[in-house]
Amino acid sequence: MESLFQRSLDDLIKGLRLSPPGVEAAFIAKSVDEIRREIKSTDSQTKATALQKLTYLHSLHGVDMSWAAFPAVELSSSAVHSHKRLAFLSASLSFNPNTTDVILLLTHQLRKDFSSSNPHDVSLALCTLSSISTPDLSRDLTPDLFTLLNSSKNFVKKKAIAAILRVFEQYPEAVRVCFKRIVENLESSDMGVLSAAVGLFCELAVKEPRSYLPLAPEFYKILVDSRNNWVLIKVLKIFAKLAPLEPRLAKRIVEPICEHLRRTGAKSLEFECVNTIVTSLSEYEPAVKLAVMKIQEFLLDNDPNLKYLGLQALAIVAAKHSWAVLENKDVVIKSLDDVDVNIKLEALQLVMAMVSEDNVAEICKVLISYALKSDPEFCNEILGSILSTCSRNFYDVIVDFDWYVSLLGEMSRIPHCQKGEEIETQLIDIGMRVKDVRPELVHIARGLLIDPALLGNPFIRKVLSAAAWLSGEYVEFSRNPLELMESLLQPRTCLLPPPIRAVYIQSAFKVLTFCIYSFLSCGDDTSYHSELTDSVLKGDFQESSDTVTIAPISDTDIYDGLITRSSHQPPKCVSTGNGDDSMISHEQISSASLRKQQLTQKSIMDLVNLVETNLGPLAGSHEVEIQERASNVLGMIELIKPRIHSSTDESEGDKIKGEPESF
Amino acid sequence: MIRGVIVMNDRGKPRLVKFYEFQPAEKQQELIRSIYRVLCSRAENVSNFVKVDSLFGQDVRLVYKTFATLYFVFIFDSSENELAMLDLMQVFVEALDKVFSNVCELDVVFNFNKVHTILDEFILGGQVLETNSSEVVKTVEEISKMERAANSIKVVPSIPGWQGR
Repeated sequence: MESLFQRSLDDLIKGLRLSPPGVEAAFIAKSVDEIRREIKSTDSQTKATALQKLTYLHSLHGVDMSWAAFPAVELSSSAVHSHKRLAFLSASLSFNPNTTDVILLLTHQLRKDFSSSNPHDVSLALCTLSSISTPDLSRDLTPDLFTLLNSSKNFVKKKAIAAILRVFEQYPEAVRVCFKRIVENLESSDMGVLSAAVGLFCELAVKEPRSYLPLAPEFYKILVDSRNNWVLIKVLKIFAKLAPLEPRLAKRIVEPICEHLRRTGAKSLEFECVNTIVTSLSEYEPAVKLAVMKIQEFLLDNDPNLKYLGLQALAIVAAKHSWAVLENKDVVIKSLDDVDVNIKLEALQLVMAMVSEDNVAEICKVLISYALKSDPEFCNEILGSILSTCSRNFYDVIVDFDWYVSLLGEMSRIPHCQKGEEIETQLIDIGMRVKDVRPELVHIARGLLIDPALLGNPFIRKVLSAAAWLSGEYVEFSRNPLELMESLLQPRTCLLPPPIRAVYIQSAFKVLTFCIYSFLSCGDDTSYHSELTDSVLKGDFQESSDTVTIAPISDTDIYDGLITRSSHQPPKCVSTGNGDDSMISHEQISSASLRKQQLTQKSIMDLVNLVETNLGPLAGSHEVEIQERASNVLGMIELIKPRIHSSTDESEGDKIKGEPESF
Repeated sequence: MIRGVIVMNDRGKPRLVKFYEFQPAEKQQELIRSIYRVLCSRAENVSNFVKVDSLFGQDVRLVYKTFATLYFVFIFDSSENELAMLDLMQVFVEALDKVFSNVCELDVVFNFNKVHTILDEFILGGQVLETNSSEVVKTVEEISKMERAANSIKVVPSIPGWQGR
């Protein structure tokens, strides 16, 4: 009677489809309430329909049905097959092996169904067991499964083999009990049973290959005799795990695998053969050659699936056989342009695998050109992989650092570049490690600092921070410190976040002290060309990469020099590689003289005024770091101003002194 | 093994959801949404494989194909061959086609239980059972016939005194 007014699943689905979007949740809630009442019914049809609706709502709408576990158990004992089916489906979709208490109540029912004469009942029970199995359930039902492994119906046997995987996971003892029977099934002539058996061993061998090594002869027989692709694929996967453990095994299977590879028309089997060879048989050159030939066919195929899989296989080969990648270089590079993101990424990985000392510049050039025409995501993938490959093992692959740092500068200017942080890290890292590249770094930094447009770009900020730091730390390599100071203090720097602004100010400090020191040490007496300053200027401008450079003058040295000029110690001079201390290159002379020209008293005073004007307001900044650093600079200026003034007085005084003598 | 089978429409509404390793209901819905997002971003005429390490763990990928308004998605790990999975998906759809005569989304919507029955003949516990669509169709027809026969017996209620007479 109740069934007459009960809504069927179809009614429920129609109701859901007709509800407007906002109302759906309420409709579901109402239906669940109805179901709660209906499911308690003693009439089995009513209960079945209620459970069916609830299972639907749970599976496709995420409705919780853990409270209906017991009715599912009840219904599973129904004599009506369709009710049993509903109940077991409900159990497999909703029972949680960890928390559903009533699972054990199913033991008896499952056992009954295992011994049913109706193979579909057995099917249902096996299917359910594999979904909900717990250690207890597995332990209790292992004997029944053991019986089923010998069933006269292949239909049932193959399902038992499939289901037992889960039981093995939950109750490892079962393996010992059932092992022999499963191995017997490796000789079955029924493809379904054989498939299931090798499938099972494939899963087991992936986890513990060594335990299944003794079965290698059986698998070998299948490898050689079978014509069924599914079975062969599974056996190949097993051998891929076993071969690395036993070289003699590898030797025996190479030839049969190559035979299959040559003969088969099935792409899936071809791919599996190739995969097995490149993963586990990579010492066998002829096999690898054959595999690479097949990979090439995949790569040239129009089917994007085959291309993608070909690239993947090539990536595995690349590890030990880079010739394979180089042979297919063109296809790989062309794939960087492919419509399919998967293919692009695989191609990128392969290109990075090809990188060596000799070709890194060329490859990066090609990649950057691709990056420029790509969408932001792929562009950053490219930049990211360049950065990580080039920096691997402390920049192992880089020979020409001048080129690399200019590449870093170029990368930071790419519109979509979001790798600012990594570039910043690498610039500073390289600056600290590679002394010879510091002039180039300062040059690159100048380019970045000078451009007012870059200050407004949020992505490049970290790089600017690095540029500022490098310019300050290695200011002695700068060709135009005054210009540098102007860049560091330009008004648009207010757009920078405080931490980066603080770096700018600190660098301005370093530049200022350097300029003042240079002025004071060589501007006092133009005729007295002190050896000290000469060697300072010369030493700092070593530009050939095979010479050993002097340790640059650090901040503390300059400061000491200011306080006790007379006790200033000359920087430690290490002899140059070409052993010619007095040799000053043309460029060094011009930089030095340019420096001398720039560092007139007027220009220094202008510099000091510039700093004072720009940093004065910042001494009152709310940002602690900015306030502190600005105050440091201003404080130093206060201390040094009299010194700068007096140095002019001194030189004028000398002149006056000298005049009467010449008289 | 196969980790899951999902059939959803092109708006992301799930029509069939089967995970071969237990996932709580909420997690299932979340995974379905994530997968939908991935599928939406795929262009036409590209490969049918997507790596889903971040969703399911290492070396797990999915293969998907569009049939009419539905996405069919098989999620599997490294013990399955990619092209073989593509074949299996094809065979599954073939079976649906034969059972429902030119299957369309509505057939899947209104035959929830039957679609599960069909799937369960192909895959059990994440292991492939059958790769021939005709075999599965045969089995499913057997089951339907059996259920119909059981129902017809049930419909006629037993009248207590009847046999006695």
